[in-house]
Amino acid sequence: MSRLLRLAGRPAVWVSGAFLLVLGALPYSAGLFGALFPDLPRPLYSRASFLDLALSHAALVGIATLVVVGVGIGVGIFVTRPVGRDFAGPIDTLTAVGQTFPPTAVLALAVPAMGYGGAPTVMALIVYGLLPVVSATIAGLNAVPRAPMQAADGIGLSPGGRLLKVELPLAAPVILSGVRTSVVLNIGTATIGSTVGALTLGSPIIEGLSGSNPAYVIQGAVLVGLFAVAADLWLDELERALT
Amino acid sequence: MSLTDGSAVAETPETAAIQRRTGGAGANPLLMLIVAGMAAALASLGFVSVGPNRIVSGKPLALWSAVEPAFAVGLAMLILMLGLAALLRSGAWRDRLVSVVAALLLLASVATAGHAASLVAEASGPIARTSLGAAFWIIAAGSAFAFADAMGRMAPHPLAQVVVAAAMGGALAALAVSGALSDLSLAREFANRREAYGAEVLRHLALVGGALAGALPIGALLGVVALRRQAWRKPLFAVLNLIQTIPSIAIFGLLIGPLSTLSAWLPGLRSLGVGGIGAAPAIIALTLYGLLPTARGTFAGLAATPPAVIEAARGMGLDERQILWRVSIPLALPILIASLRLVVVQLVGLAVVAALIGAGGLGAFIFQGLGQTATDLILLGALSAIALALAADLALRSLGAALTPGASS
Repeated sequence: MSRLLRLAGRPAVWVSGAFLLVLGALPYSAGLFGALFPDLPRPLYSRASFLDLALSHAALVGIATLVVVGVGIGVGIFVTRPVGRDFAGPIDTLTAVGQTFPPTAVLALAVPAMGYGGAPTVMALIVYGLLPVVSATIAGLNAVPRAPMQAADGIGLSPGGRLLKVELPLAAPVILSGVRTSVVLNIGTATIGSTVGALTLGSPIIEGLSGSNPAYVIQGAVLVGLFAVAADLWLDELERALT
Repeated sequence: MSLTDGSAVAETPETAAIQRRTGGAGANPLLMLIVAGMAAALASLGFVSVGPNRIVSGKPLALWSAVEPAFAVGLAMLILMLGLAALLRSGAWRDRLVSVVAALLLLASVATAGHAASLVAEASGPIARTSLGAAFWIIAAGSAFAFADAMGRMAPHPLAQVVVAAAMGGALAALAVSGALSDLSLAREFANRREAYGAEVLRHLALVGGALAGALPIGALLGVVALRRQAWRKPLFAVLNLIQTIPSIAIFGLLIGPLSTLSAWLPGLRSLGVGGIGAAPAIIALTLYGLLPTARGTFAGLAATPPAVIEAARGMGLDERQILWRVSIPLALPILIASLRLVVVQLVGLAVVAALIGAGGLGAFIFQGLGQTATDLILLGALSAIALALAADLALRSLGAALTPGASS
């Protein structure tokens, strides 16, 4: 209970609350935006409900994150084991080079491969989101101090047991910071996903920009900004809980 | 990050690197995988795809049907040689062999695709479009990766890496200039926009340069403030982190309204019918994004000056200002250049999005291509943006190496 009370004072809770409040209030804000932009015939985005946009945006990022966490941590574990040592250098090169690629370029390159819509967006989010998770997992596992590793060997843990009970728990905060980077980046890239036909909170922004409708831009931008900041703060809470 | 045992932390990655260097004395399993992937791609996927015009997506054409047998066999031989090189015992001469064969394979696959396009143009006329197929991309990406990996194992000096990268770029440019590639759809898209292309590249650089002109001095100042005023440190970085968290297109969009009266109207490309508002909101948004990495790098770099060195400087009678400029900054230079590299690469990537608010740049080609479903125009923009980011990364890496005495890598 006291934990819940402490949580209520956290910015993560406020920002999520603000996001839900705006999400709930926007459908009733036609009057407000009509007053702010009297020249606009349609001051409120109506092609899809804001709830649908938010759910679709969250689903795209969520699916990508599930794959990214599973595959990314798996790859990180593999190259830090003796059997995967040969792959450590090349994977290092790949993540370093890959992270210099502009995310929007990766998103655009998914279109020739997969067409328009949600699928190329998820594909781009997975490819780009993997890089920070892989490099954070490698960094986290490589930074596990020698003493607990030797202690684990000393009490007779198998290599698998040592990984699960010693290495991964000690590396968890570093890995989670990589996941956080990945999620925040992907929320931003998914927003651009509207230009390749995905339904996201970026859709009102893109449509507002192309149709010179600043009200749409504001509606989408405020929602997606609050969404990204809330996700970032929650992952920050999780990171602190694990440290 | 828990740093309970400092020595072990410093030791582990190093031992891992040593093991990596000496451990795998046998064959190169990753390279074998890559070569197997290339062979499978050649056997099952199209090397190029041929469409009746630039919008309709083409049909895949296997390498064997796309070019004369001599070309196909030549390319297959190079892939085979790369596969054989993967079986050799590891060592400097294997890396040299792999890098040479991989570079040749990359150039040969590009030249072969160009040749295939010329054959299509002869047979089907100038409106038919030849795009690069899945097998081409797998071979090109695989050989580029094998090349980069072999170079990485040899660990040449960064300046040598620049020379090698310039040589590869020059060889590709020579192929393009010779006209060998001019029937490829990608080259046609470029040829149709030769003048706009140069202008958009310059505009992209101007957006990044304009943002750097703001972000570097302000960010450095904030970094110094964070160092000097401990109470400001946390809130300052919290605010800068908040800016980085908000998706770029949201910040771009929100800045349009307030700035529309200030910004100059640019007849930018109306890719998605985007009403262009111009460079001003783009440069301001990019500046805001550049603040966090600049401030963080400045702070980390200056905070890393050993206290004993500062004490010694103070003992010699230097004042705070002199200590900053003559001691801390020179010592922090490697970290400062490394964070400059992060800032520049990030801004080159974010400037792509600026095309959506009519600020132009290479993103204009991407979004125009997406709007027209013109695949090769998308490719032209995306590949150019990637090349620009890689070039900036490499240039600043070598600058950092040149300014860091005794460092290699």
